[in-house]
This record gives sequence, C-alpha cells and structure tokens, in this order.
Amino acid sequence: MDFVFSLVVPAILGSVAVFALARKVDVFDALTTGAFDGLKVMMNILPALVALLTGVYMLRASGALDALTSLCRPFFSLLGIPPETAALFMIRPISGSGALAVGSEIIGRYGPDSLIGRTAAVMLGSTETTFYIIAVYFGAAKIKKTRYAIPAALCADLAGFIMASLSVRLFFK
Amino acid sequence: MALAWIWTIMVAFSVVFGLLSGNIDAVGKAALDGAGAAVKLCIGICGVTCLWTGVMEVMRRSGLAGGLKTLFLPLLRRLFPDSSNNKDAMEAVSANVSANLLGLGNAATPLGIKAATEMARKAEGGVATDDLCMLVVINTASIQLIPATVAALRAAAGSAKPFDILPAVWVSSVCSVAAGIIAAKILKRFWGK
Repeated sequence: MDFVFSLVVPAILGSVAVFALARKVDVFDALTTGAFDGLKVMMNILPALVALLTGVYMLRASGALDALTSLCRPFFSLLGIPPETAALFMIRPISGSGALAVGSEIIGRYGPDSLIGRTAAVMLGSTETTFYIIAVYFGAAKIKKTRYAIPAALCADLAGFIMASLSVRLFFK
Repeated sequence: MALAWIWTIMVAFSVVFGLLSGNIDAVGKAALDGAGAAVKLCIGICGVTCLWTGVMEVMRRSGLAGGLKTLFLPLLRRLFPDSSNNKDAMEAVSANVSANLLGLGNAATPLGIKAATEMARKAEGGVATDDLCMLVVINTASIQLIPATVAALRAAAGSAKPFDILPAVWVSSVCSVAAGIIAAKILKRFWGK
C-alpha cells in the first residue's frame, strides 16, 4: 500500500501533464498561472490565520482546550470520536480558515502520524464549511426559508466526523 | 460576523481561563507564538498548495472536468427529479460536482451558484425547494479526490507519508455524502413547505 501513496502525486503530475499536452494545452503556462492563483489564495488567508492561530494558541495555553476535551469526553467517546478533536468539530462547519488553524494546531501538537493527528486531517479533508456554503448558495438564489437544508447538511458533517475517526482507527492500527 | 464572535470568544475566554488557572504567563507568550506560527504555517504549505492549484489549472484547461461531467449526469438526474428536465441547471450541477471532485474550488462555487439560481426559478416566496436543499447538502459534504491542503498541512508538520490518509478520506467523504442525501430524503417527508 505504501508504494501506492508514494505514487499518487508523481503519477497525477505525469498523467495530467501528458494528457494536457496531447490536447495542445500550454502545460507550463497553465501550471504557473494556477500556482500564482494559489499564491494569491495563501496571501488572502494569511491575515485570518494570524488572527485565528493566535486565538487557538492562547486557548491552548490557558488550559481551556484541555478543559473542553475533558468536558466533551463522555459524549465524544460514545460516538467514537477522539475528544481532542472537539474544537475542530465545533469550528469546522462555521469557518474554513478557523478549521485550518485549529486542525494545524492539533496536527502539530499530537503529531501528523499520530491517531489524533491523522483523525483531524481526515476530518478536515472529508467535510466542508457548511454554514458558509449554505449562506453563499441560498443568498445567491434569494432563498429565505432554508427548510431542512441545515439539519441534513449537519447530518453529513456528523457522519464525516464519525467515519473519519472510525476509518483512521481501522486503517492505522 | 461569525468570525468576529469566534475570535472575541477565543481571546476573552483564554484571558479569563488563564487568570483562573494561573496560566496567564503562558497565554501571553502563546499570543506571540501563534502569530508567528501562522506565518510559518503559510510558508510551510505554500509550495504544495501552489503546485496543486497549478495542476488544477492544467486539468481545467485540458477539459478533464468536462469528461467527468457527462459521467455524472444520469446519476444526478435521479438526485434532482424536479430539475432533471432543466438542461441549464443539470449542466451546472454536474459541472459543479466534477469541479468539487477534482478540488477545483474556485470553479465549483460559481457553477453551484448558477445551478442554485436556475433551480430557484421554481422556488416560490423564497422557500427552498427539495432540489435546492439537495444541492446545498451535496456541496456541504465535501467530495474531494485529493485533499491537497490537508496533505500539505501534514507534510509541513513532518509526516512520513502525507497522502496515506487518502483511503480514510475517501471512505469518510462517501459516507458523509450518503448520510447527507439520506437525511435530506427522510427530512423531506416530515418538513412542511
């Protein structure tokens, strides 16, 4: 399996480049244009990350995050979710950059290859900023009554969090 | 405004909690550390993120999303029964789903908005239709094949194999989308118009 993971990135880079060149795309121009867009995205989120990571680090240092962890322990262990990811669970549907800040702090603190670090990464990768998307889409469509959209979307988030915890435990023993 | 509240709560809570627990020295130091860590984080994930947005642009220009789009159309017709004969809406939804799958976030949102405005033609008095709810649900449940930002985050933190979480991400994503769709189908029956 390890071989496959080492292959993922180079194989995608190679096949996308060959496929695009065969279709007469200026691969290098596309690559650098896209990379510049990525740079702009990073520049745009840096100020938010400065603010949010400051907040997360302060919360951690004050002992509040550990208190939150022990507070959430009974409920989270019932769902099979590591209580250390409680803060991520709370901020994920609300703010994308907030989730990035909390997620990176958890991954840094517990280690990227630890059970908790991996679970946090899978949670980040398999869920979305639910409330932001609902606001953008329904705002554009001029919808005021969202009916069951929010509870259904939160069901998806909850399933994502439970499955992230379960699959990491199954795949990484 | 949500972030204004979140940030204020985080900081105010830290100060109060720090004072009560006697950790206030650490809180003061952490405030400065956090700001520096944010810049370090950005630099750490910047390379992979830029490389990946570059690859996405190559994918976009080579029309890879277009191929995926036709693949999804029949499946999506079943998910959006009321819009299945609205060609513009279905085109936009399948382009939106393919862009999400490939991780083309910048392309996915305008397509999703186009689909939403098309579907909203059937919405009366600003009330979401079943199709609109479904559109939001499948967009809020992330369905990304290669979660590049997360991999970059793990690589920056020194992971041995940043991409070894892929199977776990796929399983979780599929379950989360399925749970969202099932929840929407069930709630549809009980919720009034």
